[in-house]
Amino acid sequence: MEPGEIHALLGENGAGKSTLMNVLYGLLTPDEGEILVDDVPQRFGSPRDAIGAGIGMVHQHFMLVPVFTVAENVMLGAEHTTGIGWLNRRKARRDVAEVSERYGLRVDPDALVEDLPVGIQQRVEIIKALVREVDLLILDEPTAVLTPQEIDDLLDVMRSLKDAGKSIVFITHKLKEVKAIADRITVIRRGQVVGAAQPDASEDELAALMVGRSVKLTVDKLPASPGDPVLDVAGLAVVDDRGQRVVDDIDLEVRHGEILGVAGVEGNGQTELIEAIMGLRPAIGGTVRLNGRAIHDTLGHQYGTTSDILARGVGYVPADRGHDGLVADFSVAENLVLDTYRRPPYGKGLSLRPTAIRESARERIDEFDVRTSSYTTAVGTLSGGNQQKVVVAREMSRPLELLIAAQPTRGVDVGSTEFIHGRIVAERDRGTGVLLVSSELDEILALADRIAVMYRGKVLAVVGPDTPRERIGLLMAGVTGESAAEETDE
Amino acid sequence: MSSDEERPGGGPADPDGGAPGTGTETATAPAKRSGPRAAVPGDAKRTRTGIVIDALTTANTFTVTVLAIVLALAVGAVVIALSDQAVLDSMKYFFARPGDTFAAAGHAIGTAYAALFTGSIVDPETLNEAWWGMTSWSSVLSPISETLTYAAPLIGTGLAVALAFRAGMFNIGAQGQAMMGAIGAGLVGFMVPWPPVIGVIAALLGGLVGGGLWGLLAGWLKAKFGAHEVITTIMLNYIAAPSFVTWLVTQHGVQQPGRNDPISKAVEPNAQLPHLFGSGLRANLAIILVVGAALVVSWLLRRSTLGFEFRAVGSNPNAARTAGISLNRTYLLVMLFAGVLAGLGGASIVLGNTPNAITPSVVGSIGFDGITVALLGRGRPVGTVLAGLLFGALQAGAGQMQVTSQVPIEVSTIIQSLIVIFVAAPALVRAIFRLRAQRVGALGQNLAKGWNG
Repeated sequence: MEPGEIHALLGENGAGKSTLMNVLYGLLTPDEGEILVDDVPQRFGSPRDAIGAGIGMVHQHFMLVPVFTVAENVMLGAEHTTGIGWLNRRKARRDVAEVSERYGLRVDPDALVEDLPVGIQQRVEIIKALVREVDLLILDEPTAVLTPQEIDDLLDVMRSLKDAGKSIVFITHKLKEVKAIADRITVIRRGQVVGAAQPDASEDELAALMVGRSVKLTVDKLPASPGDPVLDVAGLAVVDDRGQRVVDDIDLEVRHGEILGVAGVEGNGQTELIEAIMGLRPAIGGTVRLNGRAIHDTLGHQYGTTSDILARGVGYVPADRGHDGLVADFSVAENLVLDTYRRPPYGKGLSLRPTAIRESARERIDEFDVRTSSYTTAVGTLSGGNQQKVVVAREMSRPLELLIAAQPTRGVDVGSTEFIHGRIVAERDRGTGVLLVSSELDEILALADRIAVMYRGKVLAVVGPDTPRERIGLLMAGVTGESAAEETDE
Repeated sequence: MSSDEERPGGGPADPDGGAPGTGTETATAPAKRSGPRAAVPGDAKRTRTGIVIDALTTANTFTVTVLAIVLALAVGAVVIALSDQAVLDSMKYFFARPGDTFAAAGHAIGTAYAALFTGSIVDPETLNEAWWGMTSWSSVLSPISETLTYAAPLIGTGLAVALAFRAGMFNIGAQGQAMMGAIGAGLVGFMVPWPPVIGVIAALLGGLVGGGLWGLLAGWLKAKFGAHEVITTIMLNYIAAPSFVTWLVTQHGVQQPGRNDPISKAVEPNAQLPHLFGSGLRANLAIILVVGAALVVSWLLRRSTLGFEFRAVGSNPNAARTAGISLNRTYLLVMLFAGVLAGLGGASIVLGNTPNAITPSVVGSIGFDGITVALLGRGRPVGTVLAGLLFGALQAGAGQMQVTSQVPIEVSTIIQSLIVIFVAAPALVRAIFRLRAQRVGALGQNLAKGWNG
């Protein structure tokens, strides 16, 4: 690493990027080899040592105390006290103000962290490191949780840090960002450096280095041949846990044999929309029909439980696999039957059929290339991409009428993304209606036959797949032009 | 949690068997195979003996549990020595003749633990006498019979707690459920002049229903109103005993005629549990019933669709709900089953042990001890049976210990508690015995969720 350089570390999930950086940050100790800082070999027993040597890290999952203010979080672990042992909050506030001034990281030192949006929370993490006067900042997958605008902001911050002489290790598997910001790129695969590249290398080259073979970044698909409507949502309104009306009078139609992409920054009601369709959340108004039969009617009555809805041929890949999609303690085999265990051949009467479950697990693991040592392995020990493949394998290996896929490739590497996208298109070609919800515009543009853009609980527009990216981006930010309004009726 | 069997490293046997034409399969199949295997080099070279030695020197569940018992006995020995009069006397001149103190301590500990053993497992002297025909063989079985008698109700309540643990619920209410089980069994048992066999079955059913309803009540409060089961079950414990039972057994028609203290009529002989080793020994059908119940619970958790739901809800309720599992139905069923199991424990006392009548203290503290038993058994049915037998033995032996060496019964309680504390702190056991670390979860970590659970 040179001073004032942004070095991108590129690799698939489970390639060893995070492990390497945890060693650098003193969270793990190396089995062999050494770390040189300013040509001096170092051995970090803890993050404290690493910070002492000028290395700071911003984790993928933030390490902030939600009920503390920004300043309190920043001073946490390095509290300054006045003579008689009082916490010196004023100095902490001054530190925050000074650092945010110097690097253009705008943030209110007195705001409670839990009230801040994710992008700002990340800023607090960066400030935390900068206040400790680090020279090298490690950012572990910093863009995974950000909206497109927040990503742009982050890239700006990184540039200004670079101009101030700080070095940055930028861990990611998103090729576009790497090309936009990195000075140097190192690609890691299966724990080994497999190559270095310049930022002017093409995305295809980088992807090939990462995966170890050439990958297609675009999805080949024939034009859709839509049939009858499978899902019909009319005037649907749903409230979230806090009673806010987060789905507000939505009309949607998904036909057999087409992919309807729902674009939108996360938190604009997509989750609640899907949960209502799945019978996991009551509707306060409007109707939902599956193949013409009601799930929610105008009187606010729900027909059938989630289990019944699944049994009617709906596959559901939830957005947050760890939270809603998988039981981490359960084996791969058990997770593969998590919503079909009652039905033949996996269950008969009261008893499970272990043989059938095993057989099917073997087939699914092969078919979906789930990298696990055995079907008895606990799913929680697999890498994120492989966990996602387990969810996808479960939901897409029975005859479906409707597939609801929310963020189907979140945290999934390039190779697996290609595979999952291929499966979704294949499912469409089999005549299944697909409702694809994603905050990744690239994913929507690659797969969707029609695109609905959601903003603040409403569908702002339904547009065709050839709509310019910029316009959808504007719609995602809530900007509707005249031309957008015209196409709403399409 | 159920992945007991381990396949050796390596991928699926037939990597080319996937869907043809995607290209992904063939391209990555070799990598898929080598990946996991490379992680455990030299795995194939390990011999069978090597694996056994490895397992015994690693801090796995088994070694930690056994060593926790050893540690608890060691600490118990210190307590025994310090509570012995001879030891205390000799300590007054400890610096003049330290040997006396150690000899006295050794004697006190030796006789106490010998009594613990002879009172719970077998007395070699009796065995010898029986061999020479000086006493009956049944007296040889007497200690075992006592152990089984103490163990049976503990296993029942232990299963009640363990089953709820696996579904992510902390059932503190086994005490009240056992009490209601005892009441149900007792009422059915003395109300009707039962014919043989049918009487036992009817009284047992009365016990299961009593306990089950009490458990179901907590489950219903949780499912319907979201009331946390820890709070409701504690309160239901108070309501069951002493309040309800004391009122009940002093009612006319329930209270034993001629008595002023709170005790019910005795259960009809035809409704009492048959003895296993003849009428001279207390061991009765209860132990068979609870072991049978443990097998049923084991099947339920491992092999049934209901158990799959229970475990899924216990491990990740969000994912379970998303997969179409009804949380409310699970809460209801789990608490019903837990209540039935605790009810079995309570019923087995009233129907099995003299005076075969309901009193406010008839179930002792088996509900709370059941929590301990379930923790030591790590929420697994077989573990719970073993833990129940151990605690039954400690309780049976404690009486003998008090008789022969004047060691207070409470020492046995201290040992039981210490076992669980050591099992709950595997790092401590590991450090003391310098075991190699293994990913052994601290007890209770996965079992019970906190208040936010």
